[in-house]
Amino acid sequence: MSNEMTLDKAQTSETEVSAVRAAPKKRSQWAEVWHRLKRDKMALCGLAILTVVVFAAVFADFIADYETVVIAQNLGDRLQGPSAQYWLGTDEFGRDIFARMIHGSRVSLLVGVLSVSISIVLGGSLGAVAGYYGGKLDNVIMRVMDVFLAVPSILLAIAIVSALGANLINLMFAISISSIPSYARVVRASVLSIRDQEFIEAARAIGASDFRIILRHIIPNSLAPVIVQGALGVAGAILATAGLSFIGLGIQPPEPEWGAMLAGGRQYLRHAWHVTTFPGLAIMITILALNLLGDGLRDALDPRLKH
Amino acid sequence: MHKFIFKRLILLVPVLLGVSLLVFAIMSFTPGDPAQLILGENAPAPAVEALREEMGLNDPFIMRYANFVGNAVTGDMGRSYTTGREVATEIFDRFPNTLILAALGTIIAIVIGVPVGILSATRQYSWIDSSSMIMALLGVSMPNFWLGLMLILVFSVTLGWLPSGGFMGWSSLILPALTLGTGSAAIITRMTRSSMLEVIRQDYIRTARAKGVAENVVINKHALKNALIPVITVVGLQFGYLLGGAVLTETVYSWPGVGRMMVDAIRQKDSPTVLATVVFLATTFSLVNLSVDILYGFVDPRIKSQYA
Repeated sequence: MSNEMTLDKAQTSETEVSAVRAAPKKRSQWAEVWHRLKRDKMALCGLAILTVVVFAAVFADFIADYETVVIAQNLGDRLQGPSAQYWLGTDEFGRDIFARMIHGSRVSLLVGVLSVSISIVLGGSLGAVAGYYGGKLDNVIMRVMDVFLAVPSILLAIAIVSALGANLINLMFAISISSIPSYARVVRASVLSIRDQEFIEAARAIGASDFRIILRHIIPNSLAPVIVQGALGVAGAILATAGLSFIGLGIQPPEPEWGAMLAGGRQYLRHAWHVTTFPGLAIMITILALNLLGDGLRDALDPRLKH
Repeated sequence: MHKFIFKRLILLVPVLLGVSLLVFAIMSFTPGDPAQLILGENAPAPAVEALREEMGLNDPFIMRYANFVGNAVTGDMGRSYTTGREVATEIFDRFPNTLILAALGTIIAIVIGVPVGILSATRQYSWIDSSSMIMALLGVSMPNFWLGLMLILVFSVTLGWLPSGGFMGWSSLILPALTLGTGSAAIITRMTRSSMLEVIRQDYIRTARAKGVAENVVINKHALKNALIPVITVVGLQFGYLLGGAVLTETVYSWPGVGRMMVDAIRQKDSPTVLATVVFLATTFSLVNLSVDILYGFVDPRIKSQYA
């Protein structure tokens, strides 16, 4: 895989040298990836959905006021079906489900992106150290990671939140801890495959320092699998957040969160189907978008894997 | 081969010790005094202190952990704070329920995933391929607890065909197993397809076709054997995952399994039960993964020879 990347790099830099000398090398690589991604209709579809979700999260306060609409109870209008006034109906406390879903996207995206960033930084560093230095250190780090991998991640997250208490910070902490080992593995594998390659040797031969080699050559070339894993990881983190909130270990009421909204509507399934249906659809569509984007990124970053 | 199995079994010991230490350490952060919890809020301080001493709660962390492991190996996982029952007995009473659900879910996943995956691969880029890939994508994107609720909505609430939860004969197995199996079916479909596509491109398949072997024989006899090797691993991993991670599905269907037992224990702050169930499920998960590794050695002689 990294062979392919270096090849691409060589090709693009060649054309670049003849065209614009000043353009940085790195940009052309990403431009190439973007070019390939643009041709993938499914990935663009995912990107479009994701953009809508991000916009909803950013402008949630303009769409519906938090204090007066999202958390204020209105018992006169409980469990109303979808209508012109309440697009997706109301929940068991008479709150507008559409408004709550819009605000709920904030929690999902926040936990998704932050917890994945934490696990990429921690897991990535551990994996890079293990891969670069090898030997005993590698052994110790990876055996500890094996222990974490031996517990299904949802179980580990449940155990952590149940011990530390259910709130946003602990939730994020639990989700990021439980996915650290997978990033460590991915980064280690990719560092290992790059470490002994000829272009690294070449860089060393012309006198590049270790620091420069790691920063300019190893990290950029091991990023591809991490980006793919990260996109799918955000999807996993959003699912885990919803799942934990569903069993009461995540976001606490009255704050809106998709999984918690589902759990709230569960006992009214018989009379008010919309309370559980719509938040679940929101989760599914967001995850779907991330999966589409993740698959597209994988193909764009490494076209050889594409069937 | 025996050497290979033995080696893997030995390697399992430190992993399991690590898992129990990890979970034990996490659970020791649980706020609240177990002794106080058992005796009630109004219990006199000396009585609470005496119970703390008796339960070994005043011992240093490493002692408590050693005690836990020592007892756990002999099958003693402690007593529930809420029911007073032996946690190990309770787990073994409930484990068959979890096992049957995971097994049924896996079977559903294989029955759907393998044929659809083969069909997709042999008709790449056809409408069958695109529609089954879209279905598979939806399958992996769906939160299973939501799928569970939707199935209840359709088949129990609206149509009234199947029970919505609990354990009332075989009919109550259908919805939970379907819920569990859907995600795995999607993963197995994708895996079968990509593995099959890879195998079809190989030279020996071209040779078989060149010899004039019928296409269905090429696919079902020549290609399938090799294509299924990675699929077996995925099936095994999915089974382990369904055993260890069926917590949410069991909750949705009020299924009397180990996962549901754990969630109930968390709600009641019954930490011995939480600890025992998590360690138990993680152990089962590791054992299944180990079996998959060993099975892989049997199925693919190339793996085994690395250890011989």
